[in-house]
Amino acid sequence: MSEAKKVMMLGNAAIARGAYEAGVKVSAAYPGTPSTEISENLVQYKDELYCEWSPNEKVAAEVAIGASMAGVRAMCSMKHVGVNVASDPLYTVSYIGVSGGLVLVAADDPGMYSSQNEQDTRMIARAAHVPVLEPSDSQEAKDYMIEAFRISEEYDTPVILRTTTRLAHSQGMVELCDRTDVPDRTYERDIAKRVMMPAMAKGRHLVVEEREKRLEADSCDLAVNRVEMRDTKIGVIASGIPYQYVREAIPDASVLKLGIVNPLPRKLIEDFAAKVDRLYIIEELEPLIELQVRAWGIDCIGKEIFTVQGEYSANMIRKAILHEDLALTTPADVPGRPPILCPGCPHRSVYTVLAGLKLHAAGDIGCYTLGAIAPLSVVDTSVCMGSSISTLHGMEKAKGKDYIRNWVAVIGDSTFMHTGVNALMNSFYNQSTGTVLILDNSTTGMTGHQDHAATGRTLQGDTVPAISIYDLCRSIGIRSVTEVDAFDIQTLEKVVREEVAKDELSVIITRFPCVMLKQRPVTHRCVSDPDKCRKCGMCLKPGCPAITKREDGTVAIDDTLCNGCDLCKQLCRFSAISDELL
Amino acid sequence: MVTKNIMIVGVGGQGTLLTSRILGGVMTDSGYEVKMSEVHGMAQRGGSVVTFVRYGSEVFEPIVEEGCADVLIAFEKLEALRYAHFLKPDGVLIVNDQRMDPMPVVMGAAEYPGNIIEDLSKQYTVISVDALSEAKKLGNAQVFNVVILGVAAKHMDFTIQQWNAVIERIVKPQFADINKKAFDVGYNLYSERKKL
Repeated sequence: MSEAKKVMMLGNAAIARGAYEAGVKVSAAYPGTPSTEISENLVQYKDELYCEWSPNEKVAAEVAIGASMAGVRAMCSMKHVGVNVASDPLYTVSYIGVSGGLVLVAADDPGMYSSQNEQDTRMIARAAHVPVLEPSDSQEAKDYMIEAFRISEEYDTPVILRTTTRLAHSQGMVELCDRTDVPDRTYERDIAKRVMMPAMAKGRHLVVEEREKRLEADSCDLAVNRVEMRDTKIGVIASGIPYQYVREAIPDASVLKLGIVNPLPRKLIEDFAAKVDRLYIIEELEPLIELQVRAWGIDCIGKEIFTVQGEYSANMIRKAILHEDLALTTPADVPGRPPILCPGCPHRSVYTVLAGLKLHAAGDIGCYTLGAIAPLSVVDTSVCMGSSISTLHGMEKAKGKDYIRNWVAVIGDSTFMHTGVNALMNSFYNQSTGTVLILDNSTTGMTGHQDHAATGRTLQGDTVPAISIYDLCRSIGIRSVTEVDAFDIQTLEKVVREEVAKDELSVIITRFPCVMLKQRPVTHRCVSDPDKCRKCGMCLKPGCPAITKREDGTVAIDDTLCNGCDLCKQLCRFSAISDELL
Repeated sequence: MVTKNIMIVGVGGQGTLLTSRILGGVMTDSGYEVKMSEVHGMAQRGGSVVTFVRYGSEVFEPIVEEGCADVLIAFEKLEALRYAHFLKPDGVLIVNDQRMDPMPVVMGAAEYPGNIIEDLSKQYTVISVDALSEAKKLGNAQVFNVVILGVAAKHMDFTIQQWNAVIERIVKPQFADINKKAFDVGYNLYSERKKL
């Protein structure tokens, strides 16, 4: 590239670009908002690197570890709760260290735009003694990715690049550079470093401690940290996106912008604190920096005026530090608009059947978690990926098989491949009698349609043999595995009735592709005839957003929203709904 | 230059992302620093969505704060009302005159407010447009978002050529023509021009 090229990039696209420029050769991930677009962007460089969707984050981390051991730069990326799944290899690879640079990208979700909790990856990193870099915009996302690989190799450690939703899903200008050609490292057998049984691990724990001390001292000189001295009445320590809020709200304040947040650069922080009259620590979620700064005996103000919940903003800082009366207009009191299943979603059809049978569902993580909300109100529980099957099993073991006679477990195809299959093995092994519905829509829906081991396509676009979920369940030993068209509500109702009544573990796979998949073209739409409509409300029960009531009480179907799934047509007893071919 | 703040709000699936990316593209081409913030994931499934576009000589945060929006582009009336308080007192609201009932309204648990556009007009400069009808006239209801963008563009200091260049770059080739047409319809819908 002769001259520098600048382009607008999503934070996640910039991370992918950084990985590419850093010479990454292997990347593995499981989709999860707000991390998914990293792999989706990385795949454009597939001629020069390998990237994959793994079944879960633990596997993804191990794939990256293996690649690093083989001597190439490798990465894995995941959302914050995915780090929990990957934490088993993470804690121990911290002992092992790296050969080729190893970076784990963790995307936290303050404000929980698309998550079940608001955990702070920096806390996990601290516990695992893994360094953390935290960028503040797209350019830094790219630059820090490259720096993360340098640190990883220089200090023989995995490194976490931590982002948050606001950074991951914001766009900013990024200057593109060429890919670095990083020579592969030669493999040498070293069981004291790579086989973590107690005798070896004891030795490595010492190495980890020494490494962290060395990095803490060196981190004061890292270019990713920046002291910006302005007016010294107010000094702020910030990193990541909150740094931008600080610059917006109090542009005259002095700022120590941290690029590395674990370990913390002690000398740099002490020097900065000594130069300002009042020191504020502004960090979203947990008071990680603040607790350490206080432990060093430095006076500062943090969570006593800032929340541990949600995202921050410039207005929040103006109010808390400058006590500005912003005289804001009160928001109008308007009805909420919660997310809902799309028109034509096969999950709606399944939930309509379950609701009709008055069944409770132990739910899981995916679009189908939305079945908890009225009017469907079928899903009663949702904990984490794969938890539906095991929580139902736990209920049965607590209260007996009759207790779960009006319960089923529901789990999506991608989530089943993620960790649901382990739970199903347990249910079979420990003799559950429950009924598991695998809602197979042939994709990972909520995160924006990624492939997985049961779709027959890879991230790199190759066609591969798909794992048959049916055969997988049968091979565990489950005798009763049934496949049903998700929109065939009569058959589905019959099968669910039969399976729930049985005294043995059974699986029902409801099949229909996600309405948003290109493989599922819309061929017709449904129209309602007001003359035939008896205003009974049956078609309104599934809560399809395309169906509304006219002023006279008859039903109208929005032709711009309807995807022609015919669920309403099946439910109408008066033949008031018909198909209109496109 | 003082940073300008634009917000696009709507219902997940209406195409706020495409619209903000076209906006951002035009501003970047004009040499501004631009930051945009988007919504991906769960909220996209028919929920209330908001995207922010900020441009100027130096932009820090990628979000627009309450009371700071110069322009609010609303793809749906209820969403206009939900986010109106983000507008500056002299801010401009461009609203698609379309009603989409959220689930609580469909179920009868809440009422869809009446006279939204009339009420907001008392407080802000409001430009209302029936973009869906215009898009349907073009034979593709989906491009209503670009019709609204055209309406907004009329009031901005970028040339038609700049807009078209970005549409061609961002939209898939097979949809470039229909989107350019939709933009044109919006751009010429009102002769009056209020500089944003």
